[in-house]
Amino acid sequence: MQAAIEARHLEYTYGRELVLNDISFAVSKGDFFIIIGPNGSGKTTLLKLLSGIFKSLAGSLAIDGQPLQSYSRKMLARTIAYVPQMIQTDFPFTVREVVLMGRSPHLGVLGLEGVKDRDLAEEAMGFTEVAHLAKRKLNELSGGECQRVYIARAICQQTGIILLDEPTASLDLAHQVRIMDLMEKLQKERKITVVMVSHDVNLAAMYGSRVLLLKEGRLLNLGLPQEVMTFESLEDAYGCRLLVDASPIGSFPRITLVPERYMKPESTV
Amino acid sequence: MNQTPPNLLKKILITTVVALMFFLVTVLLGISIGSSGKTLFSVFEWLAGKGDADPMLHTIIWQIRLPRVLLAAMVGASLSMGGLVFQALLRNPLAEPYILGISGGAAIGAIIGILLGLARFPGVTLFAFVGSCATLALLLMMTSGSTILRKDSLLLSGVMVNAFCSALIMFLVSITQDARLHNIIFWLMGDLGMVGMGQTGILAGILLPCFIVFFLLSNTLNLMVMGKESALAMGINVQVMNIILLVSTSIMISASVSYSGLIGFVGLVMPHLLRLVLGSDHRVLVPACIFGGGGYMVLCDLLARALPRQGEMPAGVVTALIGASLFIYLLKRAK
Repeated sequence: MQAAIEARHLEYTYGRELVLNDISFAVSKGDFFIIIGPNGSGKTTLLKLLSGIFKSLAGSLAIDGQPLQSYSRKMLARTIAYVPQMIQTDFPFTVREVVLMGRSPHLGVLGLEGVKDRDLAEEAMGFTEVAHLAKRKLNELSGGECQRVYIARAICQQTGIILLDEPTASLDLAHQVRIMDLMEKLQKERKITVVMVSHDVNLAAMYGSRVLLLKEGRLLNLGLPQEVMTFESLEDAYGCRLLVDASPIGSFPRITLVPERYMKPESTV
Repeated sequence: MNQTPPNLLKKILITTVVALMFFLVTVLLGISIGSSGKTLFSVFEWLAGKGDADPMLHTIIWQIRLPRVLLAAMVGASLSMGGLVFQALLRNPLAEPYILGISGGAAIGAIIGILLGLARFPGVTLFAFVGSCATLALLLMMTSGSTILRKDSLLLSGVMVNAFCSALIMFLVSITQDARLHNIIFWLMGDLGMVGMGQTGILAGILLPCFIVFFLLSNTLNLMVMGKESALAMGINVQVMNIILLVSTSIMISASVSYSGLIGFVGLVMPHLLRLVLGSDHRVLVPACIFGGGGYMVLCDLLARALPRQGEMPAGVVTALIGASLFIYLLKRAK
């Protein structure tokens, strides 16, 4: 089957610093693909390359079998949706207006929406459970509610691929699981390919169908969660002591941090 | 669904019609009140075609009041639009052409043009355009990179650019000693009483294409307000759009400044007021801002003409009194 995303030898530099070096991987259609790695390993940069926000300085990138360069910006926006980490704005759009913005890649220059577009927006808001907030202003919402609005906007964009940049960052546990369940529902029910950057290895293990582990801009490991998330490779990537065992609730690994006081038995604590 | 979402096209049309009506009322007031004592009633008579009674009135309206009102309207519309566009592009609700120093840059260019003895159009306007582009480039350089998102740094840069422009203007004024001095000073303060119908026509010819560009790009502005990356991911070519919008704004502001001088804070009042009532959608805000800003400026000019017992004061005094108060209030509220 044709891959949703096929990356070959991607490379990116900020100034002189090589942020991503020779990254090659493929995301199959319908994957829940999670990119993990420590801070500064290039996770977000990689996601921005995939979304076309940054341009790779080497290698090639194909979306749905077509090279990225062959897409116009608008065509790309009909193929890939990007959910940013946080949109800070002093311009209080309502939730419905923000979700409707997702229709603009499909509309003319003024983005005047028709009945069909408005129905799609209502449906997307229903799916992410923000329909009751439709008339509220974006800057009045909590972080979790905002994320669900952006996800509704991405659904409204009707793309086969949705990219998310740490959607669970700064959310409490209930909202984290709500967002992840929502994305899983999208992937399973609507066959949407989900690519997510996550700082949370346990969420990645629980939800990811495939996991990519980055370290210092290089691809360290790629595969099923239980293949990638061994304590050797995780300790290598994150540089701290970890305990990795099987999760008591399913067939995926569970990662536990090991505090320093448990490392040496002769420790005084 | 128990409620149908509001229809955007209808909202655009209704707000445009309401703003247009407000605008027409202010124009009517503007041509009805003046030092000659001709009142609203006689102007209605004139409008109704019973002008045979008073040829004086015809002359006063056609040659003095109407050009002045139209100039005020166009300047108000373009400064308000300038505020709206800068606020969206810089994602800062306190941005405004005067506060950012863009108007000041245009004024420097215009003064140089006047001192060189050039005609108002195209000479002075062209110089003003170069001046506004130079200050814009300076401002963007000072705030480039991540700092542009920080409100304080942008405003501070604007204040500095503005201070620099003011100093240059003072320098230019102080080395001018002949009869042009009085003209320059009065023009600088924002005087609207020096043009005829022909010149308002030229100004309209410059502004109209800019307004059309802004309306066509109003949805792009919506997407760009949500951040550069978000706009890119929505299929917007951010770099190209930035350049088109900044250049059109510069053309519009410098044309206005070269005809009206420095009128400050207009770009703050209307966008804020309209956003409060209409929300943040630029497809609604752009037409509302053009007519609303025009009407607001006509009213300010009317106050400037009517308030003093003798003579009149520049309209820039009124707009600054209103706008600066609003600015202080908004700044305090933002903290």
